[in-house]
Amino acid sequence: MTRTIEAHGLTKRFGKTQALAGIDLEVDEGTVLGVLGPNGAGKTTAVRILATLLRPDSGTATVSGFDVVHQSKEVRRRIGLTGQYASVDEDLTGIQNLVMIGQLLDLSTVQAKARARELLEEFDLTDASTRLAKTYSGGMRRRLDLAASLMGRPAVVYLDEPTTGLDPAKRDDVWGMIRVLVTQGATVLLTTQYLEEADALANQITVIDHGRVIAHDTPQGLKRQVGGQTLEVRPVDASDLPRVRELMLAAGTREPEQPAPDQLSAPVDDDSALTALVAALASERISVSELSLRLPSLDEVFYSLTGKPAADEEVAA
Amino acid sequence: MIRDTMILAKRTVTKMFRNPEQFIDVSVQPVIMTVLFVFIFGGAVAGDTASYLPFVLPGIIVQTIMFTSLTIGVNLNTDIQKGVFDRFRSLPIARSAPLFGAVVGDIVRHTIAIGVTLGFGAIIGFRFQTEWWHAVGAVLLIILFAVSLCWVSVLIGMLARSSGAVQGLSFLIVFPLTFGSSTFVPASTLPDWLQGWVSINPVTHVIEAMRGLLSGPAYMAPGSSLTHEILWVLASCVVLVGVFFPLATWAYRRKI
Repeated sequence: MTRTIEAHGLTKRFGKTQALAGIDLEVDEGTVLGVLGPNGAGKTTAVRILATLLRPDSGTATVSGFDVVHQSKEVRRRIGLTGQYASVDEDLTGIQNLVMIGQLLDLSTVQAKARARELLEEFDLTDASTRLAKTYSGGMRRRLDLAASLMGRPAVVYLDEPTTGLDPAKRDDVWGMIRVLVTQGATVLLTTQYLEEADALANQITVIDHGRVIAHDTPQGLKRQVGGQTLEVRPVDASDLPRVRELMLAAGTREPEQPAPDQLSAPVDDDSALTALVAALASERISVSELSLRLPSLDEVFYSLTGKPAADEEVAA
Repeated sequence: MIRDTMILAKRTVTKMFRNPEQFIDVSVQPVIMTVLFVFIFGGAVAGDTASYLPFVLPGIIVQTIMFTSLTIGVNLNTDIQKGVFDRFRSLPIARSAPLFGAVVGDIVRHTIAIGVTLGFGAIIGFRFQTEWWHAVGAVLLIILFAVSLCWVSVLIGMLARSSGAVQGLSFLIVFPLTFGSSTFVPASTLPDWLQGWVSINPVTHVIEAMRGLLSGPAYMAPGSSLTHEILWVLASCVVLVGVFFPLATWAYRRKI
């Protein structure tokens, strides 16, 4: 398999802040790398270097074999970038935004319009295509921004926190689009603050903190490292709690905790415990208002990897 | 490079029509200024409005263009803040294309502003009193001056933190330049110390040259010659470009 993105020892300092303290990233062709970390970990800085928007202080990076510093124009021909905040032109309509970018990518006006319509259709923006982007909702802007980054059919797509601030339904839409992108052969580098998102989309996950890589693994491997999933149960009637606790243990969970007065939660090794518990609850006719398997939150991931809660400091980038 | 610049220039023009504030700058504002100065101050300054119009209209054109040429810094600053430039920079286009696109787009804005002012002037009685090629020369001269001056605004736009700050700083520059000149009243009516400033202010020379070209030498300051004023303007353009173009492009490259 070919390495599409390869970065070694990237460092970048902004004044007193060491945004990147020497990170390595590798992404194979046609796969998704999830870069997971809290605000200020250096995710955006890394993406901006790989997208040729920033020069690293030291270290090297290549995209499709081209150096991001010395062959930046070759790199730019191959990449699409979707920023953390949607960088669409608010005073232009949806279609004007896309056509302009198509033209700047050397498409003829006819080609640019055709490609723009295709993407607007794909991203469910056809009805809004002649409205000014400033009238779009947050989710629509995000979709337009994503469409803009795909105008030139890039081989490599950077998605910098593509779902931050979106409601769950919109987030699922964006996930669906990212999956389509990968089936079309694109290589994707995705930054996120949610293990759940990285788990849903990425082939490999790199966890970074304070500008350093603290873990790199497959989603399965990472979940094994950080303690896997948690089973959460909330019975409708709180008097069922003692019985539910017994059933959970019988289903193979570890000792349940009681995070809320009417809720029990326990770490599980795999999802067989969920199936067993559902059957047991049904046979005893205990109704529940909530029953879920949950991945660890970013805080829990960081706690188990570093023994410290996730840092949450803003870095000007 | 030229194609990219033109695509981005088209963006500037499209945005102007979509953005009421910027469109008012080049359409309603010159009309209001003309009405205000001709009908309210005209009688007091020149005795009657008819003889004030050929004097003040070239000045209003210059003032409008001064304000228009300084919005480029605000626009560029906004584009950077909003991340639109990140998108441009991730595309395989020349780094300078967004900058030159904004400058070329502004020439269209200037042309509209000049057209509106002259058109409205004609409605209320302004007539060219010179050859047609003098009028064409006037339009070219003021656009040349605007394009030379815009690098000051580009520099401010690159250095200031917010677009609001760019606007504030720009006004600080435009006000002494336009009002501290012979835009609205003959320089001879000003106190001595102010005349000193007015005589070296390049805007005064632009206005005198515009008066000579549009209304005829009778409306220029006594003792000044049209050739002399045009040379002054060209020299100011050379100085503005010589100083501010390198600074502005340096600041732009640092940011982009």
